[in-house]
Formats: sequence, structure tokens, C-alpha cells
Amino acid sequence: MNYSFTSEQNDFRDVVRRYFSKTSPPNVVRRLMETDAGWERSQWDDMNAQLGLCGLHVPECYGGMGFGFVELGIVLEEMGRALVCSPFFGSAVMATAAILNAASEAQKLAWLPDLAAGRQVATLAFMEPGSGWRGDCAGTAARKSGEDSYELSGAKAYVLDGHTADAIIVAARREGSNDPQALSLFLVDGDAAGVLRTPLQTLDTTRKLARIDFSAAKAELVGEPDMAHEPLARTLAQAAAMLASEMIGGAERLRESALDYANLRVQFGRQISSFQAMKHRQADMLVEVELAKAAAYQAAQAAASDLPEFAAIASLAKAAASDACRQTAIHAVQVHGGVGFTWENDTHLWFKRAKSSEAFLGDAVWHREAMMQAWPTGRSDCL
Amino acid sequence: MTDQTEMAVRAEIRAWLDRNWDPSLSLVEWRERLVDSGWGTPTWPTRFFGRELDAPLSAIVEEEMRRVGAVGVARSGARNLAIQTLLSHGTDAQKLKFLRPTLTGAFSWCQLFSEPGSGSDLAGATTRADFVDGRWVVNGQKVWTTSADHADWGLLLARTDWDMPKHKGLSFFLIDMHQKGIEVRPLRQMNGYASFNEVFLTDAEVAAENLIGDLGSGWPVAATTLMHERSHGDPSAAKPTEPVNGLGRVHEEERREIEIATEPYGWYPQRAGRVDLILDRARETGTIEDPAIRQEIAKLMILDRSAKWLGLRARAPLAPGEGLGPTGSLIKLIGSIVARKAAEVHTYIAGADAMLAGGDGAHGGIVAEVLVSVPAVSIAGGTDEIQRNIIAERILGMPKDASVDVARPFRDVPKNTRG
Repeated sequence: MNYSFTSEQNDFRDVVRRYFSKTSPPNVVRRLMETDAGWERSQWDDMNAQLGLCGLHVPECYGGMGFGFVELGIVLEEMGRALVCSPFFGSAVMATAAILNAASEAQKLAWLPDLAAGRQVATLAFMEPGSGWRGDCAGTAARKSGEDSYELSGAKAYVLDGHTADAIIVAARREGSNDPQALSLFLVDGDAAGVLRTPLQTLDTTRKLARIDFSAAKAELVGEPDMAHEPLARTLAQAAAMLASEMIGGAERLRESALDYANLRVQFGRQISSFQAMKHRQADMLVEVELAKAAAYQAAQAAASDLPEFAAIASLAKAAASDACRQTAIHAVQVHGGVGFTWENDTHLWFKRAKSSEAFLGDAVWHREAMMQAWPTGRSDCL
Repeated sequence: MTDQTEMAVRAEIRAWLDRNWDPSLSLVEWRERLVDSGWGTPTWPTRFFGRELDAPLSAIVEEEMRRVGAVGVARSGARNLAIQTLLSHGTDAQKLKFLRPTLTGAFSWCQLFSEPGSGSDLAGATTRADFVDGRWVVNGQKVWTTSADHADWGLLLARTDWDMPKHKGLSFFLIDMHQKGIEVRPLRQMNGYASFNEVFLTDAEVAAENLIGDLGSGWPVAATTLMHERSHGDPSAAKPTEPVNGLGRVHEEERREIEIATEPYGWYPQRAGRVDLILDRARETGTIEDPAIRQEIAKLMILDRSAKWLGLRARAPLAPGEGLGPTGSLIKLIGSIVARKAAEVHTYIAGADAMLAGGDGAHGGIVAEVLVSVPAVSIAGGTDEIQRNIIAERILGMPKDASVDVARPFRDVPKNTRG
């Protein structure tokens, strides 16, 4: 296990940070969050042309750059810091991971080069109205309609960028399967007949979610039938680890902006940062953010090394990030005082992302229980 | 000396050990040979009991010593603080006089810094030293002094000038603990142990030549001592002395020396919260099945693992022996948070047994000891509040608090009243 980034990784972070500070300043975030799509193809294409980020962690044989989750985690941390409005998480993280984990070799060769280049945008639909975070309670059903084709019917909810994705990977059960609990994954064209996509009103308007109703929509089976349970769980654990990275990027931005403001703001004839109440709050914010960062970095490392205890560490990191992000966002508004509660001040943009991320892919309570179930048996220090 | 090769050093120390290592010697006799030969502290200057070897060559010496099971010089606890302080600030005469008997273990030490009226504000010490008839006469009270009951010498911070600002009026002395002006009383703690002492100084005397550094420069000297105390408290720093399991007088005496040195610290693992016991205790008691308690256990595990990984990350870029600097304050504060949470979770797991202690208490009384020892961790070695100040000022660069005490004569600064 490495406890520091290599100098190449640090250089890479600098490049990514510079790129997003240029292309995703708050005025751009505000413009994009007001649009229906929530992102812009021209910006997406530029990011992929300049940095090739969608293919960063995709093996070279599928058109990617062959890096791993540590590098991907760096990208997400920087995206969280800059609150980048793009379909990256749904496409490059969730859908790409689902394909890598579940698809056949031929499907990987067919689909991944387009995703890695950003020519195609995909997402993963695993939740349903009222369902939990595990993604294994699919009421969506697939009926075999031909040699290699299926028809999907049912409803999916909370689908990240579901209203704009070119392709949707859907968790569903096969009608007539011997195992009624078994899950399969299907690929559905976003514009196929029988796909009704309804954008949902989101608390965080930089993160667009959709409900998708399928009625006999044409679908292609991803990988083996009835075998998706394990690859889906693995995909969601990888996504949770990467979301933790995105969250700590946002939390650190909030912490720093609160510190900057406390240093600028003068009351009672002195900078408010000279008051001990403010200093101790800032020290506590640093503690919370640094602990969550350590957990997120560990989770990215564990994902990259594919450690057996990865699922436990991913849940640990997501639970830590959920608590730290919420707390840091609350502190950040508080430190800004009245101005922190205005629309004009940028704090609320990151506050809302923190709140949405706190729940997305499972909140702290859910992940603490998931961690306890996945915790390797044995002594307390086995992680 | 400078072109010594690895092989030559190895051959030389082997030959020397062949001739001199003898487990039937007394501990002090053996260490006198070791110290006088320069092999005990091989990186030190030749004229002060060393051989001016670099770290890799010194490692070879240690390796050869371990190979034959030879006992090393005495460096545990306050002895090391005395050694480091002397090396940094002592005169040649002071080094020659004190280093040898300290390294041989003939002298043991204690640290006379904290006072009832100055804890976090150590520079506000009011123990006074007055120069009378060619020697220093010391009056005042020190507290939280480990080993004062058996120490031969003390590292003393005392005020020598009341008209200077507080940091400028302090001086640093070595004081002989065996004199009638010094009374040592054990200080009983809330967990029942008495690991520390109160030291009362009433016209205690210090010889003029035992002033360390310049008159009035006691604060920077004490800062050196404290820096080494902090790195000693850091679990990743130099390993505590481990007894060699050999037979013979020298080994028996060393085991006794270590026993005396570590005796006050028996409850320290409990002070840190004993997270290592949590999962086993939860399984034994069945509380692992309680969803509410599981959540609390998980919160603790997340904190504890994250703290561990953060510590490893903080230390990863450091050279061996390099200190953490202000990041150490972050790590220390986090240690308090982990310990406090661990005590909370131990209470949930113990249930009604949390009301019991000793043989009737949970896990043979260890849990009770955790519950009443954890409050120390956020106070000792700098309170959580002081750590937060250091984090804010030195890591985050926030402005220093407006001070009301440093720019005027110490005489005029408000102080705690005695008693």
C-alpha cells in the first residue's frame, strides 16, 4: 500500500486542477446548472480532446490509457473541487465500470472505445422508485424477444444524467429465469422506442437525475444472463470509492473558501480569523476533511489493487465522506455568516452538492452497516 | 575516521565486543566500558563518547551489538531529554560531567517544568531562582513530574528575572534531587494510579555551573527538551527500550531498569481508548448484533482507521527521525477524538457492567480503566485547545491571538494565586 502519491500523480493533479479552474469557474457552473441538460457537448469534447479523461482508467486494449483508480480518484477529487458539470460520473465511472465488470470481451471491444473517447455518453440505471441503494430489488423485467434481444419493461429512478445519456445500462430480472432473484444487466439506447425519460427536480442542480420508464424497449444483454449481482455490487463499491474522492475535493474547497473569507472579513476591528472561536472551528474542519481524505485515498488504492477488503474500505470511505462533507458544508455557510445564505455567494453550490452526495449511492448510516457486514472477520486492526 | 568502510567498522566492533562484552558485569560497569569506547553512541563527536560514524555505519554497530545480545546505553524517558538538551545547549564541561553517568544509567532524571499555576502556559512559570552567595536558591512548586521520586537530577525551568517579559526571564538549570530543600509527593490521579509527583522546592540549591545556556535563555532551551518529548510521545518515533532476554547480572539489572522506567505507563494503552478490544468485546457480549450499537462501532472504526491512514500518509515523506512539525498537533488532536469515541463505544458494549471496575468490571477491569483514563489524553502533552491553536496558526496560517502578557514585565502579568 502506498501512503503518498508519486510525483507523476502529483503533476497529473496539477494539470487537471489547472484545466478545471480554467474551464469550470463558478460562473460556468451557474450557467450550466440552469440548463435542462446540465452539461455541454462542446466542453465535454474539449475535456476529452485535451486530457482524455474518460479513458484514463480504461485498459489500452479497449482504447483507454490504462491507468487505474488512484488516477481516476485524482480526477474526481479535482472535479469535486471545481464542481464540474459533466456526465463524467455516470459515464466514465459507473457505466464504464459496469461494462468492465460484467460485459463479454466482444462487448467491451465494441463499446469501451467510444466511451473512453467520450464519443458516447452512458449511465447506469440500478435504482427504482422507493428502492434501496443495493440495486438488487429490480422490478424491471426483461422478456426475451429474439435470438440476442430482449424487451425491457418497468421504471428506474435517480438515474444520473439519465435524460441526456446516449446509452443506459439497466439492472433487470429476466422473465422465466430459473432463479427469480437473479439480476442481469442490459444496454438500452437512450432514444429507443419505449424509453420515456423524465428529468427530476434536483436539490443540487449541478447533478441532474431522471426517471426512466421502459415499455417493451429493445435491450441487449450485457455479459452473462442472471450473473449481474456480483459485478453490479463491485461496480457500486467502485463508484462509492470514487464518489468519496469527488466529495473530499468539494469539502476541501469549502474548507478553504471558509478560511479565505474568515481572513478577509473584519468585525470588531479585527479579522474574524483572529478569534479563537473561528480558529478552533477551522482546526476541526481540517481534522474532518483530512480524515475523510485519508479514507478516500485508501479506498482508491484498495480499488486499484483490488484488495479483498476493498468493499469494506469503499463503504468506510463513503460513510466518512458523507459525514465530513455535510459537516464542512454546514461550517462553511456558518463562517460566511449572512452572506453565506445568499444565492449570490457560491457556498450554496457546494453545500447542495455535499447534501446530494451525502445520500447518493448510500448515506453514512447505510454504508456503516455495509462496512460492518463486509469487515473482514478477525481482529479490530485487520483493515 | 572518515574513510572507514563498512567492513572495517564491522570488524572493529566485533573485536571490541569479543574482548569486552561480559554479561556477568554490573549494568553500570558494562556501560562504562561501552561509553568510554565510543561504541555506545557511535554517531556522536569523538570527544563526547562517540566515534563520528554516519547513520548507516552506526546501524552496523547496532546490528553487531544485537547479534551478541549486548545491552546498549541508557536513553529511555527523561534520560534522553537530558541528553538531548545537554547536546544542544550544554557547555563542554557540562557535557563531560553529565553525559557519561547518564549514558551508563548511573544518573536518572526528571523534568521540572509544569507548575500548578502554569500548565498550557508553561512560560508563565513562577518557581523562582535567586542568586545568593555564589549559588542559585530555588523556591516554588512543580507538578506532573514522572520519576521525581527516584531521580538523581532534575531539568529545571525557573524564573530568574521578574522585570523581563515572561519568555525572557526564565533560565534552565540542572538540579540535584538529593537535597533537603526538595520534597517529592506522589500525585494521585482520577484513575487511581499515582504515575507522577508534585515537587516542592524550598530554598533548594543549584551550583552556579549548572545553569544551562545563558541566563534568561531558559525558554529556548526548554523548547529543545519539549521537542524531544513530543517526538518521544509519537508512537512511530524511536522504539522503547526492549529488554534482551539474556542471562547474567547485566541483563537482570537492565530488566529492572526498564521495569522502573515503564512502571508509570501501564495505563497508557487504556488512555488511548483500546480500540483493539472493541470488535472482540462486541462479539463476546452479543452487542455486535444491536443495530444501534453497530452504528457506533462503525463510527469508531471509521475514525480509527482513517486516523491510522492519515498518520501513515503524514509520515510517508519524512526522513527517519524527522519530526512531524505542526502536523503532529493534528495527529494528537485526532488521537483525542478517537480515544473519546472509543470510551463512549466501550460504555455501550459494556452495558450495566460499565458501572463496575476491577475484578468485577468488564474485561477484568480494563474497560473501567479506559473510561477513567481517556480524559487524560486530551490534556497531557498539550491540551486539545492548544493543539487547535497550533493547527490554526501554524498549519492554516491564521493570525495569532492578540496577547496581553508577552510585551510587559512578567511582574505585572496577572497570575494564578497560590494555594
